[in-house]
Amino acid sequence: MAVITAPAPVKAEAGVSSKTNRKLRDNLTGHAFLIGAVVCFGVFMWFPMIRGIVMSFQRTRRGVTSWVGWDNYLRIVEDPSFWVAWKNTFYFTGLALVVGFAVPFFVAILLNEFRHAKGYLRVLVYLPVMLPPASALYLFKYYAYDPSEAGLFNAVLKFLHLPTSEWMQSPTMTMPAMVLASTWMNMGGAVLIYLAALQGIPGDLYEAAELDGAGLWKRIWHVTIPQTRLILALLAMMQIVATMQLFIEPLILANGAGTQDSATSVAYLIYQHGFFQNDLNGAAALGVIMLLVLAAFSAVYLRLSTRDDS
Amino acid sequence: MSTRTLVSSTQLKKGRAVYWTLLALVVSVFTLVFIGPLYWMVTGALKTAQEVAQTPPTLFPQDPRLSNYVDAWMQLDLAKLLFNTFYYAAGAVVFQLVFDTAAAYALSKLRPALGNVILGAMLATLMIPAMVLIVPQYQTVINLPVLNISLLDSPFAIWLPMVANAFNIFLLKRFFDSIPEELMQAAFIDGASPLRTLWSIILPMSRPILGVVAIFAVTAVWKDFLWPLLVMPHPDTRTVSVGIYSFAAGTPQNIVIAASVIAALPTVIIFLIFQRNIMSGLTTGSLKG
Repeated sequence: MAVITAPAPVKAEAGVSSKTNRKLRDNLTGHAFLIGAVVCFGVFMWFPMIRGIVMSFQRTRRGVTSWVGWDNYLRIVEDPSFWVAWKNTFYFTGLALVVGFAVPFFVAILLNEFRHAKGYLRVLVYLPVMLPPASALYLFKYYAYDPSEAGLFNAVLKFLHLPTSEWMQSPTMTMPAMVLASTWMNMGGAVLIYLAALQGIPGDLYEAAELDGAGLWKRIWHVTIPQTRLILALLAMMQIVATMQLFIEPLILANGAGTQDSATSVAYLIYQHGFFQNDLNGAAALGVIMLLVLAAFSAVYLRLSTRDDS
Repeated sequence: MSTRTLVSSTQLKKGRAVYWTLLALVVSVFTLVFIGPLYWMVTGALKTAQEVAQTPPTLFPQDPRLSNYVDAWMQLDLAKLLFNTFYYAAGAVVFQLVFDTAAAYALSKLRPALGNVILGAMLATLMIPAMVLIVPQYQTVINLPVLNISLLDSPFAIWLPMVANAFNIFLLKRFFDSIPEELMQAAFIDGASPLRTLWSIILPMSRPILGVVAIFAVTAVWKDFLWPLLVMPHPDTRTVSVGIYSFAAGTPQNIVIAASVIAALPTVIIFLIFQRNIMSGLTTGSLKG
C-alpha cells in the first residue's frame, strides 16, 4: 500500500507546480500579445496625461526646468484673450447644440419614414463627414462665405431678396457661420446613429399609441423620444465635448482670431501659447483647465441624467 | 423589413400623394444641400478668377479650363503631398491591425491577469479630450522617454499614436467576444498555439471588422489636421491638408479650391466604394456599447 501511495503526493505537487507554470505561461503569452498596444497607450496617452499636469506647474527657460507653482495658470488667466476665448467656445458649443443636435434627430426621423431612396439619402448626409475638414472649410471660406455678392450664400440671399451678409468679416455672423459649416461637415455621424436607434423601437409601441388616438407629434414626444433617450443623452454629451475643442474652424475660416477676436477659441489659445508664444507650460495649464471644465460638466450632466431615471 | 415606424403603412397608402411630394422635396433639398456645395467647389475651380468674382455667380463655368487643377498639382507639389498622406495612412492601417488586433485578441480570448484593468485604462482615454493632450503629446514626440530621440518628421510620429486607439480595441474585442469559445478550445486541444489560433481561426472570421478598422484608420489619417501640422513641420513630410493650409495664404483662391478638391477625392472614393461597411461599422460600434 505504502509503495503505491508514496508517489501520490509527489505527483500532486508536480501537478500543482505545472498548473501554476502553465498559468504563468498563459499569462505571459497574453501579455506578449498586449505589449505593443500597451506601450503605445503608455507613451502617447497615459504618460502625457500625467506629464500635462506636471508641466502645468513647471517652467522651462533656456533648457532649465523649474517648479513655479501656479504661475502658468495666473499668466494664462491674465491673457487678454482668455475670457473671450471661453465666451466664444461656450457660445459655439451652445449654438452648435441647438442646431447640430435637433437637426440630425429630425432628419433621422424623417429618413426613417421613407420607404424609397433611403440608401441615397444616407450616403448624401454622410458624404461631408468623409471630406478632409481643411478642404471643406476652404470651400466655405472662399466660395460660400465670400462677403461680396459673388459669394454662393450671398447670391442665394439676393435671389430670395433677403439682405446679404458679410459672414466672417462681421463679428456677429462669425459664430453662426462657423456653426453652420461645422454642422454641415459633422452631422452625418449623428444622423446614422439616430437612424440605427430608431430602427430598434418596437413597432407595437407606435401601434398602441395610435390606438390611443395619439397624433404624429404626440407619438414623437411620447414614443420616439423616450425610446431613444439614452442615445440622445450620450450623443449630446459627445457633441459638447467635441465642440468645446473647436479649433480648425477658427483657424481656417477666421485665420485664427477672426474679426475683433470673434473667433478665438480655447483650443486655438492652447495652440497659440504652445506653438507661437513659446509657452508650452502655459498651454499645458490651459489644457488642464479645459479638462477640469469638461470633467465638471460631465459630472453634473451624468448626475442630472441619472436622476431622471429614478 | 416592413417594421412599423412612426407612420403606419395604411396611413401611408392613404396619404400616397403627400408621401411622394415629401420624398421628392426631401431628395431635392438634400441633394442641393449636400451635393450643391461640392458641385460649386468642383466647377468653381474650373472657372477663371474673373468669372468667380462675377455677380451674379455663374451656375455653369462659361469657359471651363483645367488650368487651376494643373497649377494646383504643380505649385503645391500635390503628388508628393498625396504620396505622404497615403504612406502615413497605409502604415497606420498596418500598425493598428497588428497591435490593436493582438491586444483585442488577448483581452477577449487569452484574458491574462489584470486584463480588465488594462482594458479599463484604455477605455478611460476615450474620456480625455484630444486637445488637452496635444501639448504633452508633442513634448513626448520631440523627446521620446527612455530612447531620448525625436520623432519629428518621422512617420512613426503618426503611426504609433494611432495604435493607442481605444475605440478600435473595443470594436475588435466586441467582435472577438462573439466568436464561440468552443472554437478556441478545439484549436487548443489540437495543439495550436495562441498565435496560430489567431491567424487561422479568429482572423479569417473577422474580415468584416478588420475592414472597418482599416477604413477608419485611412480616413482618420486623411482627415487629421492639427497633429500632422505639429509633428511634420518639414515641407517634404507634410500631409495634403497641412500642405494646402501652408500654401493657402500666398496662393490664388481658385488654386486652393482646386487643391482641396483633389485632396478630398481619395476619401470620397473610398466612401462611395465602402459606404456599407463604413456606415455599419459606425453604428455597431457606437450603439451597443
